[in-house]
Amino acid sequence: MEILVCVKRVPDTAENEFELNSAGNDLDRDDLVYSVNEWDNYAVEEAIQIIDKVGGNVTVITVGDDESEEVLRREMAMGANDGILLCDDAFDGSDGKGIASILKAEIEKGSYDLVMTGAQADEGAGQIGGMVAAMLGMPYASLVNKIEIGDDKIIVGREIEGGNQEMNEMQLPCVISIQTGINEPRYVGIRGIRKVAKVDIPVKGAGDLGVDPESIGEAGAKTKRVDYFVPDMGEGAEMLEGSTDEIIEKLIERLKAKGGL
Amino acid sequence: MTQIFAYIPFKNGAAEDVALEFPAAAKKIDKGASLTAVVAGSGADLDKVAQEMTSIYSEVIKIDNALFSYPNAEVVRKALVNIIPLDAVFLFAHDTFGMDLAPGLSVKMDSAYAADIVDFEGIDGTTLKAVRQELGGAVSTHMAIDISSGAVMTVRPGAFAPVEGSSEGGTIVDKSGDAGDLSAKRKFLEIVEAEVGDVDITKSDVLVSVGRGIEDEENIEIAQELAEAMNAVVSCSRPIVDAKWLEKSRQVGTSGQTVKPKVYMAMGISGSFQHLGGLKGNPFIVAVNKNPKAPIFQVADVGIVEDILDFMPELTEAINDL
Ligand SMILES: Cc1cc2nc3c(=O)[nH]c(=O)nc-3n(C[C@H](O)[C@H](O)[C@H](O)COP(=O)(O)OP(=O)(O)OC[C@H]3O[C@@H](n4cnc5c(N)ncnc54)[C@H](O)[C@@H]3O)c2cc1C
Ligand SMILES: Cc1cc2nc3c(=O)[nH]c(=O)nc-3n(C[C@H](O)[C@H](O)[C@H](O)COP(=O)(O)OP(=O)(O)OC[C@H]3O[C@@H](n4cnc5c(N)ncnc54)[C@H](O)[C@@H]3O)c2cc1C
Repeated sequence: MEILVCVKRVPDTAENEFELNSAGNDLDRDDLVYSVNEWDNYAVEEAIQIIDKVGGNVTVITVGDDESEEVLRREMAMGANDGILLCDDAFDGSDGKGIASILKAEIEKGSYDLVMTGAQADEGAGQIGGMVAAMLGMPYASLVNKIEIGDDKIIVGREIEGGNQEMNEMQLPCVISIQTGINEPRYVGIRGIRKVAKVDIPVKGAGDLGVDPESIGEAGAKTKRVDYFVPDMGEGAEMLEGSTDEIIEKLIERLKAKGGL
Repeated sequence: MTQIFAYIPFKNGAAEDVALEFPAAAKKIDKGASLTAVVAGSGADLDKVAQEMTSIYSEVIKIDNALFSYPNAEVVRKALVNIIPLDAVFLFAHDTFGMDLAPGLSVKMDSAYAADIVDFEGIDGTTLKAVRQELGGAVSTHMAIDISSGAVMTVRPGAFAPVEGSSEGGTIVDKSGDAGDLSAKRKFLEIVEAEVGDVDITKSDVLVSVGRGIEDEENIEIAQELAEAMNAVVSCSRPIVDAKWLEKSRQVGTSGQTVKPKVYMAMGISGSFQHLGGLKGNPFIVAVNKNPKAPIFQVADVGIVEDILDFMPELTEAINDL
């Protein structure tokens, strides 16, 4: 089975305190720590487990810049066989549809049985998988937390509200987005990354892909991020301050009043 | 005039709460817009929801087909492309059905797509201004959406004020005959219900809830001790269940349990909307987090900036000494 997993390099929410830049219109990106989108690690792990059982290849792909190569190498250290970096100044300003169009152009050139994405990434849209599927005329299922592989079909469980599972049968080739918890992604150490440090990762641009320049980048974007801001949420929480003992005393008082003790 | 359509999700003949929230979203897009509800399903359940919607929407499009008795996103999408004007503004809920259907629909309708919108700030020409969040709610952004060839958008459930006591007296338009070819490469099989666990967190008045900030499986015990001191039960956020440190039945959130405690102790939880979506009944929320900018502090009643691994044992001791 040929499996393609789409991955994105994102600011790590566990490692960063997000601040706006001095102009107040973008994140202060100087010291941001980046990593692979959490959901994508589950997708790569699942792909590896599938080919361990039925044979085949796992390719990881990303649309990004030079620095995005490191996330491909990380996923290759997990066990993905190949990586593809899609990178071009012409991609700047792409919205979700632009990114999906770029991915679609490369996917069409291969012959993948299964394309996987994460359920969502840092921007929280959960859009790329469904768009790519529709562009390719393939069936799509989102939020998948169980996969059974058949001959020309797969059965997938989608995790819906309340943790219930919606079982679907999908014809191959298809696109699925993976939800966390489907497996336990393996740990990748420095040594694993070193092993794949020299593997060649092809870099492709708009010309190689033959994408219509009108459908990508700034020109193709029907949605644009205007700015970042921190909303004024009214009062917010009453912040308890002082020494830990003082804080605990104040907290116990409030818990007693509210029925917590 | 902007034409806005809203897709109404429902279960067992009852519309989800978001059905009452689309009208406020539509008004914020364009006060003068026309707003039509779209309900797809089959039989008596569908009729009941369509009827219910006439009190809120002036027009209700009904699409009845036996294939929609369970809404398979791929099949519903095919019908919608044939029935809804391609240049319309089309709203969905950002729930597991909306996430499944809407991105692909925007491709088939050749419309702009924007997801999980929490506010609209009106239209200027053909540009719609919307507000959404990124990075798990740590930052907000303004988006400019070109709606000249239509837009498909999902809105966050609970983000817009529900209409109250509406009596619109709308009409039902049956478009079942226009659904077209509904053959699909994806087939719905069945629903497997979530497992019932050892404890029922929905029954407890006080929850000590742990998030990724607990850092290690062994530290769960620290929360357990605090819960015992408070006569409470331990619940958690999703990553704790993903890591298999606690059972799924302990998870609070849209893909876990809906709880209505009196007091909710959020320990090392950032406050994502999917987590908060499981918290109902306006509990007294105490948040302890080492990051002073954590989004949970925007919704909590009391906030404490501390390391939970140090703070929880001290709090337990102080309570036991009372
Ligand atoms: C080169 C580049 C330039 C950009 N320029 C702009 C800009 O000027 N303005 C702006 O507002 N936004 C810009 N973006 C952001 C772009 O719009 C987002 O990448 C896109 O919207 C998808 O992000 P998301 O978080 O919504 O993904 P989601 O749809 O939430 O992610 C779901 C899954 O889709 C896959 N996926 C997402 N993004 C990628 C990717 N890049 N490569 C491979 N797989 C992916 C992953 O599997 C991920 O788990 C740019 C992005 C790139 C890569
Ligand atoms: C369709 C869908 C459904 C979902 N359903 C749910 C759901 O039902 N429930 C749910 O919870 N999530 C759900 N999620 C996941 C959700 O988006 C978030 O990823 C998740 O809620 C984050 O959990 P968290 O707050 O524990 O972790 P994080 O966001 O990583 O936050 C951890 C917090 O702990 C703080 N911290 C770290 N160490 C310490 C320390 N030592 N002391 C104090 N503070 C510390 C950090 O500052 C941070 O704020 C869902 C996602 C999707 C896409």
